[in-house]
Amino acid sequence: MNIHEYQAKELLHQHGVPVLPGRAVFNATDAGAVAFADFAVRGVKTIVVKAQIHAGGRGKGTVHDPKTNEAVVVAGKPLRGVTVISDGNLADKVYHTALGLLGNKLVTVQTGVEGKTVNRVLIEEGCNIGHEYYCSILLDRQTGKNVIMISSEGGVDIEKVAEETPDKILKEYIDPSVDLQQFQLRRLGFQLGLSGSSFKSFTSFISTLYRAYKAMDCSLLEVNPLVSTASGEFIALDAKVNFDDNALYRHPEYPELRDISEEDPLEVEAGKHDLNYIKLDGNVGCMVNGAGLAMATMDIIQLAGGKPANFLDVGGGADVDRIENAFRIMMSDPHVKAVLINIFGGIVRCDRVANGILQALNHVSVTMPVIVRLDGTNAVEAREILRKSGLNFLVAATMKEAADKVTEALLDKKMASARKSAPVVV
Amino acid sequence: MSVLVNKNSKVVVQGITGSEGTFHTSQMLQYGTNVVGGITPGKGGTTYSGKGEDTFTRPLPVFNSVREAVADTAADVSIIFVPAPMAADAILESIEGGIGVIVCITEGIPVKDMITVNAALKNSKSRLIGPNCPGIITPDEAKIGIMPGYIFLRGPVGLVSRSGTLTYEAVKQLTDVGLGQSTCIGIGGDPIVGTKFIDAIELFNADPETKAIVMIGEIGGNAEEEAAEYIKKNVKKPVVGFIAGITAPPGRRMGHAGAIISGGKGTAADKIATMKKCGITVVESPAEIGLTMKNVMDGNGSGVKKSQRSKGTTAKKGTGNKATTGLKEKQGTAKKNKE
Repeated sequence: MNIHEYQAKELLHQHGVPVLPGRAVFNATDAGAVAFADFAVRGVKTIVVKAQIHAGGRGKGTVHDPKTNEAVVVAGKPLRGVTVISDGNLADKVYHTALGLLGNKLVTVQTGVEGKTVNRVLIEEGCNIGHEYYCSILLDRQTGKNVIMISSEGGVDIEKVAEETPDKILKEYIDPSVDLQQFQLRRLGFQLGLSGSSFKSFTSFISTLYRAYKAMDCSLLEVNPLVSTASGEFIALDAKVNFDDNALYRHPEYPELRDISEEDPLEVEAGKHDLNYIKLDGNVGCMVNGAGLAMATMDIIQLAGGKPANFLDVGGGADVDRIENAFRIMMSDPHVKAVLINIFGGIVRCDRVANGILQALNHVSVTMPVIVRLDGTNAVEAREILRKSGLNFLVAATMKEAADKVTEALLDKKMASARKSAPVVV
Repeated sequence: MSVLVNKNSKVVVQGITGSEGTFHTSQMLQYGTNVVGGITPGKGGTTYSGKGEDTFTRPLPVFNSVREAVADTAADVSIIFVPAPMAADAILESIEGGIGVIVCITEGIPVKDMITVNAALKNSKSRLIGPNCPGIITPDEAKIGIMPGYIFLRGPVGLVSRSGTLTYEAVKQLTDVGLGQSTCIGIGGDPIVGTKFIDAIELFNADPETKAIVMIGEIGGNAEEEAAEYIKKNVKKPVVGFIAGITAPPGRRMGHAGAIISGGKGTAADKIATMKKCGITVVESPAEIGLTMKNVMDGNGSGVKKSQRSKGTTAKKGTGNKATTGLKEKQGTAKKNKE
């Protein structure tokens, strides 16, 4: 589960991690009011307006009107996802910047060309940046330990740093039986060339951040940039938090932090029915039991000349309700031209699945070719049930056969549409 | 021979009286697994025979703790059907109880818990399989897991996989072309698992009954690459591999907690490239795992040991297209190995 930057910072603040004062708002009027009441009256000279979306690269991202797709311009300059305001009437400028962001879409390297709609902005106090670092804590799968990664090359694309100059990334692995030790913090500090009060501020920052990472059950906690101010204080200027989904039951307060508008509506709908669905941009929908087989089915669709429209794991049960909901969700994607159902009945019996499919189709109308591959327990009976149903299934026994039928179905569809369009062309 | 479990394995079930525990204990007993008892804290001293359709072939003693169960039954294998919030505790209890092979079926254990378990395992003699896995089976001897027993056939192929139903798919393909299995290990789809590919491969490599290995991976992490490098250095037996998720988008968790391409790492393309480089025969289509293994083994002399050959890799190359003949019914219609 992902959350917004301002939510991550609130949580970090609760755990004692230094962040800058700030407040998230949903409309421009509030943005202006916060800029004035929280900051300007206190004599704050710099305010930063940050678009809150679940994607990185905001600083370089461009803002567009969703209807015209034209770039949004504020004060004569194309608007970015992050704006630093440090002169003139601060509150007025914050107001106009927020107005330019809210309701428009922000396109960054991580959002894809369609961008993401900005519904919230964070109004934050600026700070005097001395140096920018990169810092993250995450699980190292190879060792099964948490690792702290720090680089003096902050605020930039860390993957590029890792690729080109891996020695610039410092790593400390944390032995779970003794936990993070002071000597490890000192080692990082010395390697970064810190001394005096900034050394102290750094070790205290990392130690607090690590405690927060553990307490919050994160799968990733990234602070990029982590900055040291002119006075040598370390502050989280940005924060990205991913929670370990398996640990959500320990944090009943987390679901409130979820922002449904950041997620694909079909995926949200699938989640309500306990289906594991991920929308993709292909033309063949698929419904599979088991995550590994679901991925393998997507792969075979591509080998067969199609493109998978989704990942969908209906789980082991594959009962009528789930199949019905799965059909409905798959069909609501207008790009789907054919559907492949691939169920390997292990413990679950295929004849039950076949009956489930038939019952589901009483409630959902399906207008495209449906290829059904059932294998495993009672597969022969199941295929017979489907054949006798009078519905126009393409029944396959093996994955290979299923793939061939997908190819066939897509070709048929093409030929059919060619036939249909022929008179128009003539 | 086989690896890790056989007909002499004495199995206890943690969470035996729960619905999953009951159902699968009944299935394991039917398969012939030597289940000797179960653990449900608070129900120690009773016997349990399952219920309804899942009545056991024989009543089993229930214990309050793993220690008690081990003292009474000399159990050396445990299987865990305990819900996720308590599962790490169940694994740790098995480690402390001195169980040799611990199989954890439970899905959804928090990573933080598994970090602790992982550290405890390193200081113990126990081996963990899973969590979030279908278990382990040595056909005709012991099924310690939730897989459908009837698709397995005893034979020369060792199989290791991160997934559940995809494992069944591969096993069925092997069985359909007449290739039985020595042992099949489902290592699980989580970021931290007790037994990794490299561990399973090492075991299969040392097992004289295992003549060839199937390795089924998926996106995320680098355990497949790690195993591939090991194979290149140490394994002379032919290895056929498949990686699921060539079409998976980066940054999205594909069902399994561990199946995610993050920071541009763990892509199927990278894994496949490394595996090929290390001499593994990688199939592009998940429909051709069984057939490809058949070809590979026929090409290498019906799977007879080929330790006399200097390099597994050179022996495997060029055999891809040979000997598609003599295949059984369904698979016979499949086209020759693509290339």
